[in-house]
Amino acid sequence: MGKKKKINGYLLTGGILSALLTAVIVTGFFWTPYSTTAMNAKEKMQPPSLAHFFGTDNFGRDVFSRVMQGAGTSFLIAILVVLIGCSAGILIGSLCGYFGGTADLILMRICDTITAFPAILLALVIISIAGSNVSNIILALGILFIPSFARVVRIQYAGIRDLNYIKSARLAGVGTGRILYSHILPNTIPILVPAMTIGFNNAVLAEASMSFLGIGIQPPQASLGSMLKDSQNYLTSAPWYALGSGFMIVLMILAFSLLSEGFQQSNR
Amino acid sequence: MKRRIASLLSLVVLPCALSMGFGATAVMAAGTKNASSGKTELVVGLSQDLDNSLDPYQITAAGTREVLFNVFEGLVKPDTDGSFVDAVASGHSVSEDGCTYTFTLRDGVKFHNGEAVTSDDVLYSFETCAATATNTAVAGALSDIQDITASDNEITITLPEANSSFLSTVSSVSIIPKDYTDQATAPVGTGPFRFESYSPQDKVVFVRNEDYYGGAPQLEKVICRIYEDANALFTSLDAGTLDMASHLALEQVNSLSNGYEVIEGEMNLVQALYLNNAKAPFDDEKVRQALCYAVDVDSLLELTEDGHGAKLGSSIYPSFTKYFDETLVDAYPYDPEKAAELLEEAGASGLSFTIKVPSNYQPHVDTANVLVEMLAAAGINASIQKVEWSTWLSDVYQGRDFEATVIGFDAAYLSPDALLQRWVSTDSSNMIGYSNEAYDAAIEKAHHAADDEAQVEAYKEAQKILSDTAANVYLQDMADFVVLNPAFTGYEFYPLYAIDFSKIHPAE
Repeated sequence: MGKKKKINGYLLTGGILSALLTAVIVTGFFWTPYSTTAMNAKEKMQPPSLAHFFGTDNFGRDVFSRVMQGAGTSFLIAILVVLIGCSAGILIGSLCGYFGGTADLILMRICDTITAFPAILLALVIISIAGSNVSNIILALGILFIPSFARVVRIQYAGIRDLNYIKSARLAGVGTGRILYSHILPNTIPILVPAMTIGFNNAVLAEASMSFLGIGIQPPQASLGSMLKDSQNYLTSAPWYALGSGFMIVLMILAFSLLSEGFQQSNR
Repeated sequence: MKRRIASLLSLVVLPCALSMGFGATAVMAAGTKNASSGKTELVVGLSQDLDNSLDPYQITAAGTREVLFNVFEGLVKPDTDGSFVDAVASGHSVSEDGCTYTFTLRDGVKFHNGEAVTSDDVLYSFETCAATATNTAVAGALSDIQDITASDNEITITLPEANSSFLSTVSSVSIIPKDYTDQATAPVGTGPFRFESYSPQDKVVFVRNEDYYGGAPQLEKVICRIYEDANALFTSLDAGTLDMASHLALEQVNSLSNGYEVIEGEMNLVQALYLNNAKAPFDDEKVRQALCYAVDVDSLLELTEDGHGAKLGSSIYPSFTKYFDETLVDAYPYDPEKAAELLEEAGASGLSFTIKVPSNYQPHVDTANVLVEMLAAAGINASIQKVEWSTWLSDVYQGRDFEATVIGFDAAYLSPDALLQRWVSTDSSNMIGYSNEAYDAAIEKAHHAADDEAQVEAYKEAQKILSDTAANVYLQDMADFVVLNPAFTGYEFYPLYAIDFSKIHPAE
């Protein structure tokens, strides 16, 4: 009698939430219920209703449409940041972990130095020097996210490189590139996936914080962070304004965290 | 991992929870209305602490100046319409050539310490002010004085050349008792209210001057409570702990629930989309005019302030009633088609530029947001770059490295010069690099005009030149709200930072 397979609650909830969220975000790229920038003095500060799910803001813009757009921007930025951080991290981590030596020592100390500063602070410095636009934000955050990936990957490589199957491969004359990326890399995935989801969440928060501080996405383009900032003044009179963007940030982070937790559990 | 999610959740949910908290307080406060009719004690909320020194010549913060306005007076003092009325002097006259001012000391004026005001005190005040004033404009104007003499109760001041805004300098010289050394902690002046006590970060108390030459004010006592936190101030006001607060934002006024009277005035700022006249594309008058036509100020006011605020047509705000030229307000009616035409003529169709705006002044950021949307309708592609206040000062104001910016200019002293002088081509604070010979000549003419009428005429001419050449896209003087317990009445706005307690009295 086979035991009934236990349902993975994390994976299920995370999967449903992520699917929903992705659907909303992808729709937002092509269509929003209202224009995200058109202002309307007659519809200022409307509470949530069927016409405006999340109400309207101080310029009469539909908060839901702006949340859709803002979430889309955050999503794209976060994905690109993780891609940059992850691919550079894999490259550095794999070489450092596999070969070791002085180069490894130096690169890891550089990583330590970068991690010693709060990521947001460094990003602020880079943006204020390089100028505030989307590609600079992505680049700055991407670079700052490299050390966390590099370190995780390096430890895996350092552990695996002396295992027998790698030694055999080496003796059999398999090229180094092949050993690095088709023999060892797949073994780092169980560690890499959670690192990527955590990285994604951190990137969402980092982008929101930067926009909240006014150096991220520039108005009138919508961003979850700058919406939270703008809504501060209206907390008493129009709480839905803050709730809309706050809710979206919570949802994005929650969905992808649950998903990653679910993956981990199903791998166990 | 789980703990991580939980901590992230709490971070994001916190602002929402706070908003609920505030909502609840506001509702509770509505039930506990303050019944204080017939009171002669006014409790005022201040949104910032006073300066460290209360010496009238050492004041730097506008917030300190606006309350000490009740304690100190000059020989003349500003009135609500922007003119100067006699205060410690009972009369003044100007010689034909505009170089000699004669002030007659008012009989029976006493300092708050009981001593009578003598011409020695006046001379001492002018000397001390010239030597120690932190306001460089005032100190500079005083250093130009050729001669100052006193005989009996006549004070005669001689200037090397006519200076039409000299009375504003005189009004800035508070008359203080000679050889009194405690001004910084226990200020003594001649005003309608006497300083009683001050405890930093807590409160400052004024009591009425029974010997005031203009008659003792009706309020016996004014207690100014200091709130560094705007939300705390508003909550106290709404709960009825305070009788009055000024400089409130529209959204605060909108959520006021205790039935207090809301009095609307203006901030006394010239808010505009300032354009860098020295650089392309805004070195072309047609391009600047196109922008003026492309902006609908009425709907801007509707969007940002529910229609409050006053429209402007040039670099003078309306509460300068004497100099304000209201015919310029509608010089550029909203006409996006005409804007497009002008741009085409100038060969600048599809114009795109960046508006740098200081990120810490939300009203300016809001205005910039609306402008971008409006300009887009006329085919102009503007984008916003928010910058730190210090960056704005160094890059935009001093470095003049900008295309356009939204900011408000205020008048440091009560004279049109405070607003208009800066656009003279040689002025060091001419941020927009405005250069117009006719304008320079008009300002020069105003400075040397012997009589009032000619001077007003010259200042109006200067404003018209600014408007005709579309130096900037003039927008508005933003609304300023004062909230007052209906048990009191009589609040009046001044064209400069001042809260005149002597005009406030219990309502019948």
